[in-house]
Amino acid sequence: MAPDASLPLLLGLAWLLPLASFALIVLVGPKMGKAGVLAAYVATGAILTSFVLSVIAFGIWHFGHLGYDRKTAETHVVAAAEDAHGSGEHAAGESEHAGADSHAAHGVPTAPPRVFTKDWYTLAQFGALKLSISYYIDSLTVLMFTMVSLIATLIHFYSFGYMHEELHEVVDHEVTLADGHHLHRRGRFYRFFQYLSLFCFSMLGLVIAGNVLMVFVFWELVGICSYFLIGFYIERKSAQNAANKAFIVNRVGDFGMIIGMMALWASLGTFAFGDIDGQQGIFSSVRPSANESQVTVPDGMVKFAATEHVAAGVEATPAQISTWRSEGYGYWLLVIAGVGIFCGCVGKSAQFPLHVWLPDAMEGPTPVSALVHSATMVAAGVYLAGRFYPVFAPEALLVIAYVGAITLLLAATIAITAVDIKRVLAYSTVSQLGYMMLALGVGGWAAGLFHLVTHAFFKSLLFMCSGSVIHAVHTNDMRRMGGLRHKMPWTAYTMLVGVLAIYGAAIPFVVGLSGYYSKDSIIAQALSFWNSNPTHGAFFAAAAIGGAGITAFYMFRLWFMTFAGEPRDHHAYEHAHESPKVMYVPLVILAFFAVTVGFPRLPFSVPKLLEQARYPGEFTAGKLLPDLVYPEEHLSHLPQFHNQAEVVVTFVALGGLVLAIAFYGLRILNPAEVKSQFSAVYRLLWNKWYFDELYDAIFVRPVLLISKLVGNFDRRFIDGFVDGLARWTRAVANFDDVIDRYLVDGSVNVVAAWTYSIADGLRGLQTGKLRQYVMLIVIGTVALTLLIRWSVAAG
Amino acid sequence: MSFFSQPVGVSHFLVVGAVLFVSGVVCMAVKRNALGVLMGIELVLNGANVNFVAFSSPFLRSDNAYALGLDGQLISLFVIVLAAAEAAVALAITLNFYNNHSTVDVDRADELKG
Repeated sequence: MAPDASLPLLLGLAWLLPLASFALIVLVGPKMGKAGVLAAYVATGAILTSFVLSVIAFGIWHFGHLGYDRKTAETHVVAAAEDAHGSGEHAAGESEHAGADSHAAHGVPTAPPRVFTKDWYTLAQFGALKLSISYYIDSLTVLMFTMVSLIATLIHFYSFGYMHEELHEVVDHEVTLADGHHLHRRGRFYRFFQYLSLFCFSMLGLVIAGNVLMVFVFWELVGICSYFLIGFYIERKSAQNAANKAFIVNRVGDFGMIIGMMALWASLGTFAFGDIDGQQGIFSSVRPSANESQVTVPDGMVKFAATEHVAAGVEATPAQISTWRSEGYGYWLLVIAGVGIFCGCVGKSAQFPLHVWLPDAMEGPTPVSALVHSATMVAAGVYLAGRFYPVFAPEALLVIAYVGAITLLLAATIAITAVDIKRVLAYSTVSQLGYMMLALGVGGWAAGLFHLVTHAFFKSLLFMCSGSVIHAVHTNDMRRMGGLRHKMPWTAYTMLVGVLAIYGAAIPFVVGLSGYYSKDSIIAQALSFWNSNPTHGAFFAAAAIGGAGITAFYMFRLWFMTFAGEPRDHHAYEHAHESPKVMYVPLVILAFFAVTVGFPRLPFSVPKLLEQARYPGEFTAGKLLPDLVYPEEHLSHLPQFHNQAEVVVTFVALGGLVLAIAFYGLRILNPAEVKSQFSAVYRLLWNKWYFDELYDAIFVRPVLLISKLVGNFDRRFIDGFVDGLARWTRAVANFDDVIDRYLVDGSVNVVAAWTYSIADGLRGLQTGKLRQYVMLIVIGTVALTLLIRWSVAAG
Repeated sequence: MSFFSQPVGVSHFLVVGAVLFVSGVVCMAVKRNALGVLMGIELVLNGANVNFVAFSSPFLRSDNAYALGLDGQLISLFVIVLAAAEAAVALAITLNFYNNHSTVDVDRADELKG
């Protein structure tokens, strides 16, 4: 089968299988074995099959060399490098990073990436406007499918062990009922897997989606799955609040996304990413090959922005449109479309200022945190920003970069003081997502998505390890842990691998863990951006490098506090035990991937795959900010940036590590002293920069105040009016009641009484004496005869 | 010309019928025995039958040329059949009444009085 038929078939099946599992569990879940235990097998089987199908698709992509035959221009870079650097060092640097790569896909792409896109099903068509279910498959899609289904499969297995309590009657010790007892409820094992299946379906649908509308639909579906899973322990007040918070905060971002979609739909008349059946998609409109795939305001947007001229009678000829375009018409619309779509990503990926929901989302079971709130759903925002990358104007990218950099620093600093093991990881996730956004914002498309993939592996590993710890000691508080590496070696050392991966451990220039390669390429790109933009670049480079140091510090702090030193809570320590095999085997598998997934010299390494999907076209300067210049990402491989990045990041991260060892490993420095010395800073970080309080003050309280006022208005005026109407109705009804009772009922009763008394009088005639009846008949007959006789005679 | 010197005509039949009828009615009115009452009924019906037969030829004849003038006789045949059926039902009722009350006194059958 040709790949244009086999890839959609394989990935489409992989996408729909979890839906089938979800439907099955919804229908017969509670009846599947004891306490629905078979539901887990169904869900796991579905996602495992999806993973196998994805791997086959991956194989077809790789061994079919589908993305490798793209035209690239290596010479272009060499020339640029000569300009920028003017030395022969470039060749050495190039062989360092791409020398072993015999494929041509590494370089500056000149043609659009190899893409399979088509409609599966048309939902509705209004003239030229079409809503459809379509696919858009490039190497990024294949990569994401494999990554998502692999992690999801491992987490399904892990959940067998983690959720086993739900197989029996559950006593929820965090819920106290009115009578002082703890809540007893039935186990919800099957329901957990039901939501996991729905989530997998939604997430894969989001990845395979071929148009913005479909993305939006699945975007909301993963949102509702997240809501269900955060609120899995729905009886806990904190879980209810966290689920609501996640949902509502995401709505804020989705509002922006809808604005972006409206801008695209109204001006371009299509939602499709790629060109389907000759109809131009969004990407080729914004990046036309006629203009060397540079960002160009599409004709539709120009016309839309110049509506008043069209209305005034100026004919929109192609020449006129290009005049308008050079005058800047429609550029704002393009920026708004980009920033609007990015708003959705801000909500979903928990970026500043909508980052507040993700730490609270840790109320959900830990496998959910590992799958939904670290590896896949929150990364979907980054994925969408990456998928939509061709549409972002330089100004929109600058917004992305600033948001990413602020998020990165903000979340990393909060993670320093957090003591809840899952919250440290949650802030770490927010911070790493900021990294990815920063990378995309400074032009590092492949770098950002590379970090997305590596982060997914090591962060889900870290979360699952933390889940294993929580499973063992039944607390989230790191202050009650310590020394656990003796009790649970598998968890401790796989978690150490995860910590080293996020730290970016490596022997510089030789070999390193996955986080090393991805973080490195982000920082190299930030440096490259700084080189072209001295004004903005310094902050981004500083944020990226500083973030690496803080990450190293808080991750090792976490590991030392949990596993090293003396146990601080002996009761918890005594009861701690290694998790069952079904839980730590996935940890080992993930640890393997956390080490290897970033390795760049494999024939199918992640960076090479991502290069195949990278959209061509260097950014020219922005129209609104003319001195904003985006360097071609390939330039970041130049040794002047790359080597610098490796050296700097190694030292900064080492600094963080040394500090963490000093504070928590060897205990040379006392954290409590630092805490009292910088108590103001500590309080600021401990209270998460007061963001919750700020939002409470500027959003929640005013809303409550307004609701109270409106409520009072309701009570006084509207309720008063309604009550008055009701009283009046009641008076009328009372009057009616009197009429009914005395007039209508009275007349009917009188008739009945008459009938009764007459009948009672006639009763005496019915003596029951047969002979008397005969006599009466005779007398009557004779009387009648005589009467007639006389009346005839008288007549 | 007195009634008795006249040739036998309709009025004589009517007299016989009237006598039968009155005998029947008196029998029904005075007998306490249910069987006696039934006999009275038979007398009443047969008194009526005599009237039908008497009126048949001259009064019940139709103007239709094909009619035989036997309408009165036919109706009295119906009445006889009806009387037989009625007697069967009435005897059945009487038997049941006897089974339940060990008597056929109609004065005792007053359970449905008002």
